[in-house]
Amino acid sequence: MHIAVFLAPAVIVYSVFSIYPLIDTIRLSFYAGDQSGVRHFAGWDNFRTLLADPAWSGQFWNALRNNLMFFAIHMVVQNGIGLGLAMLLSLPRLTGGSIYRTLIFLPTMLSVVIIGFIWQLILNPLWGIAPSLLKTVGLGSLFRPWLGQESTALVTVSLISVWQFVGIPMMLIYAALINIPDDLLDAATVDGAGPFSVFWFVRLPLILPTLGVVSILTFVANFNAFDLIYAVKGALAGPNFSTDILGTFFYRTFFGYQLQVGSPTMGATVATAMLVVILIGVMIYLFGVQRRLQRHAF
Amino acid sequence: MKRAGRFLATVSVAASALAFAQAASAQTLTIESWRNDDADVWNNQIIPAFNKKYPNIKVQFKADPPTEYNAALNARLAGGTAGDLITCRPFDASLDLFKKGQLTSVNDVKGIENFSDVARSAWSTDDGKTTFCMPMASVIHGFIYNKAIFDELKLTPPKTMAEFHALLDKIKSDGNYTPIAMGTADQWEAATMGFQNIGVNYWKGEEGRKALIEGKQKLTDPAYVETFKELASWAPYMGDGYKSQKYPDTQNLFTLGRAAIYPAGSWDIPIFRKQADFEFDAFAPPVPDASGKCYISDHTDIALGINAKSKNIEAAKTFLSWIASSEFADIYANALPGFFPLSKEKVTVKDPVAAKFVGWRDTCESSIRNSYQILSRGTPNLENELWNVSAQVINGTMKPDEAAKKVEDGLASWYKPHKK
Repeated sequence: MHIAVFLAPAVIVYSVFSIYPLIDTIRLSFYAGDQSGVRHFAGWDNFRTLLADPAWSGQFWNALRNNLMFFAIHMVVQNGIGLGLAMLLSLPRLTGGSIYRTLIFLPTMLSVVIIGFIWQLILNPLWGIAPSLLKTVGLGSLFRPWLGQESTALVTVSLISVWQFVGIPMMLIYAALINIPDDLLDAATVDGAGPFSVFWFVRLPLILPTLGVVSILTFVANFNAFDLIYAVKGALAGPNFSTDILGTFFYRTFFGYQLQVGSPTMGATVATAMLVVILIGVMIYLFGVQRRLQRHAF
Repeated sequence: MKRAGRFLATVSVAASALAFAQAASAQTLTIESWRNDDADVWNNQIIPAFNKKYPNIKVQFKADPPTEYNAALNARLAGGTAGDLITCRPFDASLDLFKKGQLTSVNDVKGIENFSDVARSAWSTDDGKTTFCMPMASVIHGFIYNKAIFDELKLTPPKTMAEFHALLDKIKSDGNYTPIAMGTADQWEAATMGFQNIGVNYWKGEEGRKALIEGKQKLTDPAYVETFKELASWAPYMGDGYKSQKYPDTQNLFTLGRAAIYPAGSWDIPIFRKQADFEFDAFAPPVPDASGKCYISDHTDIALGINAKSKNIEAAKTFLSWIASSEFADIYANALPGFFPLSKEKVTVKDPVAAKFVGWRDTCESSIRNSYQILSRGTPNLENELWNVSAQVINGTMKPDEAAKKVEDGLASWYKPHKK
């Protein structure tokens, strides 16, 4: 009885605002609407359209590919730099560590719209400081309109996002690093391990579970990403959809864009496809990585 | 707790009774709109002018932010709480409302005969028989130029494309100014200020637009490829890094006096009036060859319809027929230079540049953007596709004939008259 009462608030809120909409979205993805707004059951039609109709599948695969690229850049650059920064912060001799920590974490708390705006100003070819900075060091010829070229736009947007969110992996890894008992590190040093070996053979294995958590958080956040691309490149994710990810694709489909009238049912289909992609990723993590990590847990 | 509950209940009953009383008192009209920028103009100029003639009909102007308008309006229409007069977006968004029975026909409203077929097309059924919103205003495309730069370099506004290019070359060789202020980062500029702006002269306005809808012309026809070719030729005249130049950048580039020519929509005029400290003027889209007629994109943008569930339909009709009068047209055109009344009645626009834009109606034939009626109903959406390929053509990542083929293939994939 008590258990039911104490669980009730969470269960009710969670069911109403999370589980029910999720299930209803999946249900909606099996329906199709006609002109007058009447919906009828359509079976797998929407999914067939999404995956087989060239008008849809091209966009879907393109968005998925871009999303994977977006994720890869975050994994390598954001989490790599996050790890490096955490290592530096955990150096015992470092003074002013908390100042650095705060400064690096600061962009995380800003609105994405502001981040997008600031970086567009910085990279602006007409009055941005990036071109003039490059010019003052004699590298002006290297400047390109990075946000406007198909070849560079996605990487640029990804790096902007990395710049904003690098504080989160840094903090998580830092917390894990300072939790490692000094005895272990001292013992390793006494046994003759250099700083590199200490990192590679002692610290890294001990923070692996945290790295796993960081990866899965990055994965889920990246495959749900939308706001930065929308703020910087709009819902058409130009040029030529080179920055289109699943989030912007979903937005265009569900809400419509400009003259394109939104389709709730196709939108639900895209949302369901996103759910499946995220589920697959999380499954791989749970069964492939988490289990192995738990075996080594101490 | 109980007392608070009872108090709340009383208050809410009282409030709803009040709301009901307000709704029931006849002759109060509420206007739903997305033009929250225009609230002052409505409250201080338009509604008082209307009340001078019709003191018994009260009018309230209520606006939502443009991005939320469609969603909010749909919810209110479905819930039966929408206002009496509905500001209509052009084409499918409003047509949907009419099909759902949420807007009434305005065919019998006095004043509708003041509007041409082109003006009515944005708010008429596909067969053109029923019009469901009273047209209010359109926006016109053309080119705005910096007079000071033109004087300094001794340039005259061009009439033909050949003259236009000679002019661009002169500005470029002078080297002090960017010849064309436009960017491709937002994509819509390339399509709206580029493709639709100059294109009407190539596909001969309404003639081409209708032929496209009927399937008699294809987007791979020379008219469209030529338009793309012309767009592609603009790239060398645009600013450094135009590929990541956004719309506000473009406006700044021009108002700071760094660019000579700005492919414009007339809605830019009020902004330039505020920001530019030099004189500017406008010329119509140059024609490909001087012998033919000229055409302009006089795009229907805003209209007013009647909520089918309104309790004050008669009063609403009275208001709409006043909207169709020259009195309204006069106030609207001068309060918001750049938004031009669509009625056939003569209107004096005081802003000289806006007057020039609207003056082209006398010498050139009007048409609207060719992707707006019917052709953007399917997937892929023609308007969105045009944004994409127009930007790509200027960026040099797509050839003009490839761009034409891409949009035609996209259209043919869902639109029957193009399927053959």
